Amino acid sequence: MKITLNGTPQTVQATTLAEALAELGYGGEKLATAVNEVFVPATARASCVLHAGDRVEVVAPRQGG
Amino acid sequence: MPVFYGTEVPSRLMLGTALYPSPAVMADAFRRSGAGIATVSLRREAGNGGGQDFWALVAGLGVHLLPNTAGCHTAREAVTTAHMAREVFGTDWIKLEVIGNADTLQPDPFGLLDAARILTDDGFHVFPYMTEDLVLADRLLAAGCEVLMPWAAPIGTGLGLMNPYALRSLRAHFPDVPMVIDAGLGLPSQAAAAMEMGFDAVLLNTAVAHADDPAAMAEAFALALRAGRLAHDAGPMAPRDMAAPSTPLIGKAFL
Repeated sequence: MKITLNGTPQTVQATTLAEALAELGYGGEKLATAVNEVFVPATARASCVLHAGDRVEVVAPRQGG
Repeated sequence: MPVFYGTEVPSRLMLGTALYPSPAVMADAFRRSGAGIATVSLRREAGNGGGQDFWALVAGLGVHLLPNTAGCHTAREAVTTAHMAREVFGTDWIKLEVIGNADTLQPDPFGLLDAARILTDDGFHVFPYMTEDLVLADRLLAAGCEVLMPWAAPIGTGLGLMNPYALRSLRAHFPDVPMVIDAGLGLPSQAAAAMEMGFDAVLLNTAVAHADDPAAMAEAFALALRAGRLAHDAGPMAPRDMAAPSTPLIGKAFL
């Protein structure tokens, strides 16, 4: 299935957001996620079913003003 | 010291974490200034753990974290970012930025108010980055904001307090609302002036991070804030147009 991860096209075998994160190398870091511009809490990633064309955003702490 | 949403912070200085020459210099700026709040952001994570080192660094500063929604141009974007920030940073505090103009990075008052309403209803403690508009301030307070953060000047300009009349007016109309001058300060003297006007704190980033010696500049700002606040509490004299001699006239010799 083709999805977009942080603006870059990716092909994944995963069917859920949690599986996709694991497949793409994300571990237990401080992360937050959104799918199609909607926030997906960490507790909901395992039940968040992905569909072809979904836009996934994965963000982490960074410097800010 | 200022109280934000029931939490007293130990300093009137809030410091950004961006633009420093190195993480060590940033940490030194926090140590020397005693800043009590650090602003942070969220950005895309590549899966190589890049954000985790930064997380370890800011968590080790021992200060309150204030995540921002920097770069958001719509209320919807800002609300989603706030939710992600609450989960990552474990705080209800959010520095709400909804940018309305790409050149000045001027806050969009309409999007800001929409987002502030949504987020306060969702249990966030919103720190709205706003223009110095009295009516907007009133609406943000009605929306549930208990802190206001009017700009001094556009972000990163260092121009200082561009509209003292409007800032004095804000302070006079809402004497009990904690207010932070956010963005546009370049010099400690400007921060002292903000304190003399009765503001509760300032939020800086570029003025410190782009100084030749960021840690020294951070300390200079901290000293200026202390001086300015002390002056405010001491009750400054009223200015006047005509001279008034300070040395007594009585007893002057006839020469």
